[in-house]
Amino acid sequence: MAAVTGGTRPGSLGRRRRRRQAVQRWVVVAVTGVFFLLPLIAMVEFTTRAPSGSGRTLDVWRTLADVGRLSEQYPDLLDGVTASAGLVVLTVLLMLVLLVPTMIWVRLRLPWLRRPMEFACLLPLTVPAIVLVVGLAPVYAWVAYFLGPSSLTLCFAYTVLVLPYAYRAIDTGLSAIDVRTLSEAARSLGAGWFTVIARVVLPNIRSAVLSASFLSVALVLGEFTVANLLSRTNVQVAINLLGKRDPSISVAVSLTSLVIAFLLLLVLSLAGVRRRSRGPRRRPDQTVLAATPVQEIS
Amino acid sequence: MRSTRTSRRRGVSLAAVAAGLAAVAACSPPSSSSSSTSNSGSGGASAATATSAQDLGGLSALETAANKEGALNVIALPPDWANYGAILDAFKKKYPQIKVTSAQPDASSKDEINAANTLKGQPNAPDVFDLGQAVAASNTAVFAPYKVATWNDIPDNLKDASGTWVNDYGGAMSIGYNAKVVPAPATVADLLKPAYKGKVALNGDPTAAGAAFSGVVMASLGNGGSADDISKGVDFFKQLKAAGNFLPVDPTPATIKAGQTPVVIDWDYLNVAQGKSLAGTNIDWKEVVPQNAVLASYYVQAINKGAPHPAAARLWEEFLYSDQGQNLWLAGGARPVRLEAMTKAGTVDKTALAALPKLTGTPVILTQEQSDKAAAFLKDNWSKSIG
Amino acid sequence: MSSSALPAAAAPNEAAPATEVTTSGGRRGRRVTATAASLIGVVPFGLLVTFFLAIPTLVVIIGSFLDADNRFTLANVRGLADDVVLQAYWRSIWISAVTAVVGALLGALVAHAVSTAVEGGVLRRVITAACGVLAQFGGVTLAFAFLATFGFTGFVTVWLQNTFGVDPYGAGGWLTDTPGLLLVYSYFQIPLMVIVFLPALDGLRPQWREATETLGGSTVAYWRHVAGPILLPSFLGGMLLLFANAFSAYATAKALISQGSPIVPLKIDAAISGEVISGQDNIAKAMALGMVVVVAVVLWLYARLQRRTSAWLR
Repeated sequence: MAAVTGGTRPGSLGRRRRRRQAVQRWVVVAVTGVFFLLPLIAMVEFTTRAPSGSGRTLDVWRTLADVGRLSEQYPDLLDGVTASAGLVVLTVLLMLVLLVPTMIWVRLRLPWLRRPMEFACLLPLTVPAIVLVVGLAPVYAWVAYFLGPSSLTLCFAYTVLVLPYAYRAIDTGLSAIDVRTLSEAARSLGAGWFTVIARVVLPNIRSAVLSASFLSVALVLGEFTVANLLSRTNVQVAINLLGKRDPSISVAVSLTSLVIAFLLLLVLSLAGVRRRSRGPRRRPDQTVLAATPVQEIS
Repeated sequence: MRSTRTSRRRGVSLAAVAAGLAAVAACSPPSSSSSSTSNSGSGGASAATATSAQDLGGLSALETAANKEGALNVIALPPDWANYGAILDAFKKKYPQIKVTSAQPDASSKDEINAANTLKGQPNAPDVFDLGQAVAASNTAVFAPYKVATWNDIPDNLKDASGTWVNDYGGAMSIGYNAKVVPAPATVADLLKPAYKGKVALNGDPTAAGAAFSGVVMASLGNGGSADDISKGVDFFKQLKAAGNFLPVDPTPATIKAGQTPVVIDWDYLNVAQGKSLAGTNIDWKEVVPQNAVLASYYVQAINKGAPHPAAARLWEEFLYSDQGQNLWLAGGARPVRLEAMTKAGTVDKTALAALPKLTGTPVILTQEQSDKAAAFLKDNWSKSIG
Repeated sequence: MSSSALPAAAAPNEAAPATEVTTSGGRRGRRVTATAASLIGVVPFGLLVTFFLAIPTLVVIIGSFLDADNRFTLANVRGLADDVVLQAYWRSIWISAVTAVVGALLGALVAHAVSTAVEGGVLRRVITAACGVLAQFGGVTLAFAFLATFGFTGFVTVWLQNTFGVDPYGAGGWLTDTPGLLLVYSYFQIPLMVIVFLPALDGLRPQWREATETLGGSTVAYWRHVAGPILLPSFLGGMLLLFANAFSAYATAKALISQGSPIVPLKIDAAISGEVISGQDNIAKAMALGMVVVVAVVLWLYARLQRRTSAWLR
């Protein structure tokens, strides 16, 4: 069982590899980092351009930083931010409650449903949002009838929009572990299905669930088309309105919303890590995993 | 075992499709029934059918009814378009009890109609439209006829006799340019010169956006074409592309301010507004209506038949066609529909009038027939020439 | 455990139902009820999908067979055979495929680099958070940022001209053409791949590599026989997602290439929001139906490829 001890006692080979990996890592991160930062730098450059054409100014950012005046002048912005905050929570919750257990369940009990489910989860990406809205309209007429026209009702549509990304992330996580053996072991020890899903499988796909949540949060914070076409509000709709005032501000607020989303995800990832470090005792079941051949891959 | 499995699977998917179909079929009724319930609130029932303020007992009665509704949904009114930012502010100031919601500022005219259909019966459906002539002409079924108090000032050729739709403001196609970067073009053909390499943008795709469509018609007029023959315009853009001058970017205030689109073909009032907002910067945005290529067009006002706030919708129209509303459009560089009558009556804002872009040559206005013909030509030829 | 045990484990999932059904025929009745009971487990999810995905999609599909007066017609679907439309499909598929392959490869590379970092380390957290955000970044602002960077007057363009005397625009306006779309799409494709592929890499246990080495396996052998077979399905799945993601993207392309609607989503947008030519709504739906079909075909190819490669890797 080299597996159990190997991780803690790296051989010289492992050390050399680790050094090589570190070099590789920084090269890859640096090269891609430049590509990803350039357009963002261009945005910063544009928003700090002085009106005269030469020199820099922070006027645009000062206007934005003046939150008090901003929210007074643009009450829409606050509405949009509140709506988006609620939507993020509701969408991630719905995704976690509906998609994750269903995917585990399908893998365990209804494997023939996997391809149809995979296709269903890709569908939201095949019908562009502009057309999907046409189809969503009659459904939302009902939703408005029962639940009112609140922007929070968008969470249903958003959960659907999130499916392609969340499905892929969670499917990847489930493929990396042996769900069947895990659940059979737990079942034979007398665990119910709920325990199997919530306490045995879920902790093992934590990284996948986190990825799915990340994509969900980012999608909801960045979604514009559906909210706009259904005349609901969210932060992007509000930003779009605000940006109409001045092009520099419109770019600045877009950049701000990116940064805020980034910070939010960073905090989320911290939460994920903290939960893990609190329970180091979970580690053993992963060692068991490592010792068993992975059977269920796809 | 396999076969039973597949047949079961097929059964399940068939059942799902059937259930889905049933649900779709069952889906339509509530939307129409809820529209009737939401309309019949707080005195709105009579306002929804009123064809003039008199029907409700005069302007003050209309104001009372509108205040009671307390809300107005407008759509597709960008603040930098024809001075709508100031117009909305003035309306809010005049009627502080009415909460104005401005949805989808970037929407096209067609999107406005789509929204009215999509949101039918919901409280956030649009109350009023500001549409391009082509879209208005094909959607009169969703409009509620209404005649504003100043109805008689509006020339007969700029309104529907029953008040289903009324022209509101118009302008001419122009070339906006950054005078610090490029020389002033005098004619459309000037844009083919090397000085404009990679710099000329059109406001949208002419098979989809009204402004771009008019841009192609303008180019046609400037190159020996006519209102009946826009092929010259398409040829012009083909040459423009071949010369490397045509930039397929969709111009926005941001691209103009950042210097990415130094020449933009768009309505004169939009280029005027652009110039105003860039005053004091290193961009000197000017506009010119090219010689002998004056293509003019009016936009259309209409009230949504299923407006959730029928009284406020009618009050908004009264405001737009009042002297104040008309002068606000004028201040934004647009030519309001009552311009002639107001000039005669002396109620026009003279400084704003003097600041309008100069037109050299006779303005051409496309008839519905010419416009349909041009659209059909573009549909068949634009992608092939440009895409 | 031995490394040779692992590749065998990468059996295609399609085998799973067969093993499940090996129970004796006498228990079939119980099996059916068990399946029925199992189906209850997917009901909540099924409801959401029915109302907010199946019905909207059906509305679109049915609409593509109706004319303006809601009568049955095949004209909309027949309209797809138009040269310009077919060309748009072809270009859409091509762009999506290229950005899916490039995005998946580069994304996997970055994901691998990240996965070798300490779990819970700063680098990893920053990169995953950034990827999450960038994967969903798009639209007018992204197009603007790229114009400001690589456009005609973009700062990288200007810098290249001033420093090296190279004019990236010597050959024409590449950014506002297909090559530009490929570059801009990479901006959200790569991060998306990073974030969906990372869980797969996290599933690789360092012990497996050490086991390979203990048994004398090289790095190549490790990737060929151990990590590869485990990662390949997720890699292909990621590529499929990237394809669909690029296929349906339109806001960025619309801002960058507003002329001629070169890709299908732009054609659909023009048909549905266009204010010049009326009565095209159902044509837009037919084009959307075409997109569903394309993705269904790609999904089918992907399923076959996955089966084929898992056999090949064994």
